[in-house]
Formats: sequence, structure tokens, C-alpha cells
Amino acid sequence: MANYSTNEFKSGLKVMLDGDPCTIIDNEFVKPGKGQAFNRVKYRNLKTGRVGEKTFKSGDSVEGADVIDLEMEYLYTDGEFYHFMMTDGSFEQHAADAKAVGDTTKWLKEQDVYTVTLYNGAPLSVTPPNFVELEIVETDPGVRGDTAQGGSKPAHLSTGAVVSVPLFIEQGEMIRVDTRTSEYVSRVKS
Amino acid sequence: MNDTTADWKPSVTREMLVRRQQFLSGVRQFFHDRGVLEVDTPVLSEVTATDPYLDSYEIQGLPDCRPLYLLTSPEHAMKRLLAAGSGPIFQVSKAFRRDERGSRHNPEFSMLEWYRPGFSLQDLLSEVTELLRFLGYQGQVESISYRDAFVRSININPFIDESAVDCRQKEQALLSQASECSSIPVSELDLETALDLLMTHKVEPWLKTFGAIYVHDYPASQAALARIETDEYGNRVARRFELYIDGIEIANAYDEQVDPKEQRKRFEDDNARRRKIGKKEIPVDERLLAALPQMPTSAGIALGLDRLLMVLSNQKTLQDVIAFPAGRV
Repeated sequence: MANYSTNEFKSGLKVMLDGDPCTIIDNEFVKPGKGQAFNRVKYRNLKTGRVGEKTFKSGDSVEGADVIDLEMEYLYTDGEFYHFMMTDGSFEQHAADAKAVGDTTKWLKEQDVYTVTLYNGAPLSVTPPNFVELEIVETDPGVRGDTAQGGSKPAHLSTGAVVSVPLFIEQGEMIRVDTRTSEYVSRVKS
Repeated sequence: MNDTTADWKPSVTREMLVRRQQFLSGVRQFFHDRGVLEVDTPVLSEVTATDPYLDSYEIQGLPDCRPLYLLTSPEHAMKRLLAAGSGPIFQVSKAFRRDERGSRHNPEFSMLEWYRPGFSLQDLLSEVTELLRFLGYQGQVESISYRDAFVRSININPFIDESAVDCRQKEQALLSQASECSSIPVSELDLETALDLLMTHKVEPWLKTFGAIYVHDYPASQAALARIETDEYGNRVARRFELYIDGIEIANAYDEQVDPKEQRKRFEDDNARRRKIGKKEIPVDERLLAALPQMPTSAGIALGLDRLLMVLSNQKTLQDVIAFPAGRV
């Protein structure tokens, strides 16, 4: 991979830090009066998800990380691996292990498209779209006429996720969920 | 529209253009009222600053000619004017610093520089405060030594050899604190780098708790073109001050060094340091050295106009006050 100098740093750049692939979240250039310049970098470790801070002497360079985000369709799981297929028409398939899929398992629906992050060609993480539409497989019966009042109940979705929904929502309905907050957004009209 | 033309518009509002014009005419009014002469010196020069951590843009003219430089400040030319008897002078000019880019840095920026023959550093400090007030600054104004800023913010004395005891230990403590806040290993740090790290990572954030604050008496190693003297603790300090407002460095002032021998030595030391860190040497400004014996003792200051405008108009970044910042030109 190419090396990046500190003056090429910007948010979103993928670099190797302490042996792990990381993405730069924030980069601040600082320089005291007559002194040396530094770049203060905030980054996310793509393996662990942890956020850290690190300072570089300006002009230093770091190795780029062979990390790429690709759109892939989820096919199936064989119990050990989760299989995805490229959406670019190449039909190329990638198998992600449970560690790579992580919490995203609860949003995985066959034929939906996810962002698969490859590191050195192998899936490192799987990110769901911000919004998914899923069926409610189990929830308490709806309360009619109670659409305006507050109050909510848990609902089990087809993928295994449990989200809080308004009381009037019925079992078997499709709902739209924000995957970043695991919150109910709306009913989906069928 | 494509990527290179979609951002043809200025990054500031028309209101900010008007604000800048009022601000600049305020600056000119202030000096006019005090009989300080406005001058206009070149930004393109055969010689430039030798500071190891200031990088000038090099401009190549004809293939066989020596390169020219876009100046990092108009300092040398203004000192030659002083030596020739100009009296007090000021200048609003563009200055250039290679590879300095961020929310508080733009590689091309507006600088106000002025020199006061016969002024002490304290006289100049008072004048800066009067300028701030004239331009509408209403906050607190305080003053602290570099030493006390370190001691009060992080309980570390930057002058490790102030008392001869435990120098090694004190240096280690300082290096390890610098390493801790930057995650740069101690093995890659020297005392200078560690002080710069602590200044930017620890002391400057602490300075934010003040309004305007003058930091004075820097370690002699950070003297540049300032006179060096001994402070009350017996430390060799550079007679200079920096003005910070809300933790942002705004201006840098010197009790100007006028001894040509000492100045030549500093140029040579800078070039030695540049060689050591793999940078090109800068030709010594012989014309400045020839002029220094005629130069009256003076206090001089360079002030970042874009940053001051940013602070006075409550903006967060330079991109909020510069019509076409780097990346849009």
C-alpha cells in the first residue's frame, strides 16, 4: 500500500496504526509559535471499533491500510460463516465470520444490501444500511384507537432484533427501523 | 458543474467581507493616528526566514537562477527600512507558510507587522492591548511567563536546569508527560519537541480559560530574532511575547536582536538544525546583517490578521473569514 504523509490526512482516510487498520475521524494541524508542527489525529480502530488519539510530527508518513468498502448482498449463513455477494454483476462471493458481522447479525435479511469492509481482501466488518424494513414476528396484540397516546411494547423482528414499537402496531406488519439507534421509525405500507 | 467548479463561491458571507474591510481600515486608522508610517515591501525575495520549522514556498525562475522565496513575513525588509531611518513603521501584507493548513492555518494569510524604535517590550505590549481595544475587543487581558504557564497548567518547570539538582530526572519526567499526551514514544522525543508537544496539547488548552493573555520570556532555544537575557530565576530567556486569545495564538513580538555577529550565529545554528532534520539550508541574508549595526533598538511584532478577525467576529475557523481559503483557489 501507498504511504500517506500527514499533509494528506483527512477524515475517512484508512491507515495502519500500531499494526491495525484504522480510519481517521478527525485531523487537527497544530503548531506553537516558532515550534514544530504536529497533526493530532482521532481515529477508529476498524478491528476493535475503539476510538483513539495519536499525534504525529508533521511531515511523517504512515502506511495506508488495504481497506475497501463494498456493497454486497447478503445470501445465507451456513452456521459458521455469513455469505455475501458483490452487487456489481461479478457474482464474486465473500464469507464473513461472526466476529466481522458482529452486532449486524440482528439486521441481516437475505437479498438486502450491506456495506462489507474488506481488509487485505477478507471481510473485516459488515455495516447495515441506516434504515431497514423488517417484519414483526411476535408482539402483544395491538390496542386499537390508541394511535395518539404514548406507550410502547417490545416487538421481535424476523432477523432476531427486538425493538420498541408503538402499541397500535400488529404482529405480521412491516416496519422501518433506524439501525444506528435500533429505533422504530414508521410502518411500511404494503 | 463538476468538482473543481462547484466551489467557485467565496466561503464567507458578504457581511464578513464588510466586516473585514472595517477591521482593516480600523487597523490603518490606529497606526495613522499614532504617526506610524505604512510601508509596502516585497513578498518575493532572494532570502527568507531560516527558522527550522518555517517552510517557505520556493519559486523557480529561469533554470540557471537561484530560486526565489515567498516570504513567511516581511521582517528582514522592514528592519532594513528601520536601519535606514524610517522611524516607526507598519505593514499589512500577505505571508506564506508551506504545508500549514487546518482550521487555524492557511498557507497564505494576512499579516500585520509593526516596529517601534525606542519601545521596550512592555511598551509594545501596552500598544497591542490598545489596538485590541480599538478594534473592539472587550474581554480580559492578562500576562504570564512561559515558565509560569507550564507550572500553573501542568506543574512542570520547562527550565529543567533552573536548579542544578536532578536535571536528568526532571527531563525524563517532562519527556514522559509529553509522550503520554501524544503517544509518541520517549525515544523519539528531544527536549524541544517535548516542550512543543506540551505547549500545544496541554498549555494552550489551559490558556483558553483566559481571554487575551500574553505569554512572555520563552526559553532561549526558541529565540529566533529576539534578544536573549537572564530572568529572575537565572534562566536564559528570549525577550519575546506571544498573544493568545481564547487559547489561539494571535501575535508574536520581539525585543529585536540587533547584534550582527549574534544574528549571523543564529542563522548558522538554524541552518545546522535544518541540515540535521533533512531540510534545505537557506542562504544567509547578508543585506540584513549589513544593515543591523544601523538599526535602532526596537520592539517588533507580527500579528495574524485573519485569526484576530476570526476571534473578534466569534467565528470558529479561518475558513469563516477568508473568502477563498486553500482548497478553493
